[in-house]
Amino acid sequence: MKINFLFRITLAICVLFTLHACNGAGTAPSASQAAASADGGQSTVQDDLSQKDVVKVAVGSPDHTTLVTAVKAAELVDVLSNAGPFTVFAPTNAAFDKLPAGTVTDLLKPDKKETLQDILQYHVAVAVYKPEMFQDGQVINMANGGNVTIGVKDGKVTVNGAHLLASVPASNGIVHVIDEVLLPK
Amino acid sequence: MKNQHLISFITAVLCLPLLFGASGCKPKNIGSAVEGDAAQKVYVAPGKYDEFYNFVSGGFNGQISVYGIPSGRLLRIIPVFSQFAENGWGYSEETKPMLNTSHGFVPWDDSHHVALSTTNGEHDGRWAFINGNNTPRIARIDLKTFRTTEIMEIPNSSGNHSSPFLTENTEYAVAGTRFSYPLDDASSNPDVAINTYKQNFKGTVSFVGIDPQSGRMSLSFQVLLPGFNFDLSRCGRGPSHDWFFFSCYNTEQANTLLEVNASQKDKDFIMAVNWKKCEEYVKAGKGKKSKVRFAHNVYDEKTHSATSTIESETVVLDPKELKDIVYFMPCPKSPHGCDVDPTGEYICGSGKLAAVIPVFSFSKIQKAIADQNYDGDFEGIPVLKYDAVLHGEVKKPGLGPLHTEFDGKGFAYTSFFVSSEIVKWNIEKLEVVDRVPTYYSIGHLCVPGGPTRKPHGKYVIAYNKITKDRYLPTGPELTQSAQLYDISGDKMKLLLDFPTTGEPHYAEAIPASLIQPQSTKFFKIEENQHPYAARGEKEAKAFREGNKVHINMTSIRSHFTPDNIEGVKMGDEVYFHVTNLEQDWDVPHGFAVKGANNAEILIMPGETCTLKWVPDRVGVFPIYCTDFCSALHQEMQGYVRVSPKGSSVPLTFSTGNKAEPTGEAK
Repeated sequence: MKINFLFRITLAICVLFTLHACNGAGTAPSASQAAASADGGQSTVQDDLSQKDVVKVAVGSPDHTTLVTAVKAAELVDVLSNAGPFTVFAPTNAAFDKLPAGTVTDLLKPDKKETLQDILQYHVAVAVYKPEMFQDGQVINMANGGNVTIGVKDGKVTVNGAHLLASVPASNGIVHVIDEVLLPK
Repeated sequence: MKNQHLISFITAVLCLPLLFGASGCKPKNIGSAVEGDAAQKVYVAPGKYDEFYNFVSGGFNGQISVYGIPSGRLLRIIPVFSQFAENGWGYSEETKPMLNTSHGFVPWDDSHHVALSTTNGEHDGRWAFINGNNTPRIARIDLKTFRTTEIMEIPNSSGNHSSPFLTENTEYAVAGTRFSYPLDDASSNPDVAINTYKQNFKGTVSFVGIDPQSGRMSLSFQVLLPGFNFDLSRCGRGPSHDWFFFSCYNTEQANTLLEVNASQKDKDFIMAVNWKKCEEYVKAGKGKKSKVRFAHNVYDEKTHSATSTIESETVVLDPKELKDIVYFMPCPKSPHGCDVDPTGEYICGSGKLAAVIPVFSFSKIQKAIADQNYDGDFEGIPVLKYDAVLHGEVKKPGLGPLHTEFDGKGFAYTSFFVSSEIVKWNIEKLEVVDRVPTYYSIGHLCVPGGPTRKPHGKYVIAYNKITKDRYLPTGPELTQSAQLYDISGDKMKLLLDFPTTGEPHYAEAIPASLIQPQSTKFFKIEENQHPYAARGEKEAKAFREGNKVHINMTSIRSHFTPDNIEGVKMGDEVYFHVTNLEQDWDVPHGFAVKGANNAEILIMPGETCTLKWVPDRVGVFPIYCTDFCSALHQEMQGYVRVSPKGSSVPLTFSTGNKAEPTGEAK
């Protein structure tokens, strides 16, 4: 509970900060920008009012810079900005640091995009699993086609052994912060 | 001719900078990859025609909208399951019976899938069919008049989603239960606990026979099936002509939180039904007759009126007893689309949550059935072994596959909702050859002739669920959209966005040449057999039947006959039966009366339409033409005088009579 609360506060501050930065340092959009339609994927939609989607939640978290870098490299930003609904298990930077040295750098190389996509999609389920819905031994199918197994012991939730640290609702689903990277079996 | 072409070309070229001027300041990313010749490819010069009609379902608006392709111009909205105040559909006395059901008058439905009639598996341009999902119905639209001419309710069903897909010669339209429910042996829906789904709930697929000449529908037979969700379907083609394929999800048989509970199993099913065998069993008396109640509504073009009949019998086949009519094939993760390629050999399942697209082989299915190569059964129905019926899988094609269309050149085009893209792949080799983004979250897609033996190809049209910033905003409710892509080359090219009415689900596109020459211009007045028609001004009259006042009225440029009516009294029901005497193309007249609680009506040339009006107060009320018919349209008006109950004002009618009508009028 406490972690969750602290996390949300940190997150809120970070989101605010990031959004401000995204707005071109506060400059107003020019007339031509206002008149033109957006032409990128769904992540480029200019909307500072709606609830944050799972990507924006992650972008707003200082503990998830590696994940965000990876999501961008795997070109999954637009996918995760979609209607979903998604459950995202979001490994922290510390979780990525637990991987053997050089792993992340290697995965970010263009020729490893498919492997990276596979790993990241192994962290995404198309459905909303709220924390209270998890059951010990529950198997959840992930976007890459693989399965993860949920553990619930003494009220603590694990996914493939990784611990659930916090949960943040998003407009298109929910983000569960975890302390290890899930590797497809 | 040459000059016209030159003018079109110059206009198009001159327009290019205008169209692309705005994009100069756009960020250079995937979306701005609209090539320089896109405008020319979709530009249909004023006075020129589009190459294709695009019949697009309206989803929650219960209608069909018709667009021209490649321009994306909206040509017509055809009301089907929804009342349409614009022309009086479902409000006029003649069309109200079309919306009758066993639940009474149901003036709305959720229309999902357009199916155009075919002969030998190719478009024949005769009829369009569409399903009503909510109160299960199938409608038939006549493509001569672009009007809904028949609506039949489907009994023993709930949520008619996998419908109204047609067999190759339009022998049948199908209807499959989306929401299985507690259907008992007596075809009734008993009062049982919802959590007894597994024990009590059942689904059916219905085969609705279609008369080859008139198109008239009849409920031929129904197949009783285990309770789960039947989602989409397609007929076999060529070698698989005798078969129909349905996708099935929620084989977990969950009755709550399907978002999670219907995603438990690795595989659900594609169901193969041998409808020819079913026909034989029905003929041999192997079906069980049971009592049902369903409305069957037919519009008669001669009387310009619909009648609704409640029918009461169905024939149900039980595949647990008739072993060779239904087989299940395992299909990964909640299949949605279930699409058969033009050769009829390949059946593509699109598991919403699957990381592959499985492609099943019809010849392997036949072999597996012959060899009884089963992986057990589901409630007594054989499950064929996945590996035995699989042609192969397209690996990691994208996220959230939904639907597949075909170009007839060996390629398939699958829509991906989650990754917002269309992926083109080689059916034989199962290799992805191209992908394009859609903006955003594509649902269905349409290649002209895509679901036939001979696709017309040329374009693929994406129907997107989410548009967010793609158009000028219109408050919280935004338009949905279509996007047109050129598929004539190796790579798909985005040409055009156009907004759509309602929420398009499926759509079909057909060459204009198959429809345009047969389009009705007007109805022949001498063939008008409406019981209250006035086939000329001399037949115009007003008469009383108890408290019902009938006014057989005519309209012609630019007056009504009669246009002065007196003697209507409080407590009367007034029926304005308006016959449009025009015998000329594109001259509808409208009719409206002040205080009408229903709608106006639009009357086509030669047609009779009736608006019921129950006056709620005494006074003089104007009537007028609502369709700008002529230079003196504003003069096309009249009055109805309403007197108190018991008044002695006699019923009189006149046109051009300036004098007070004779009688006791004050």
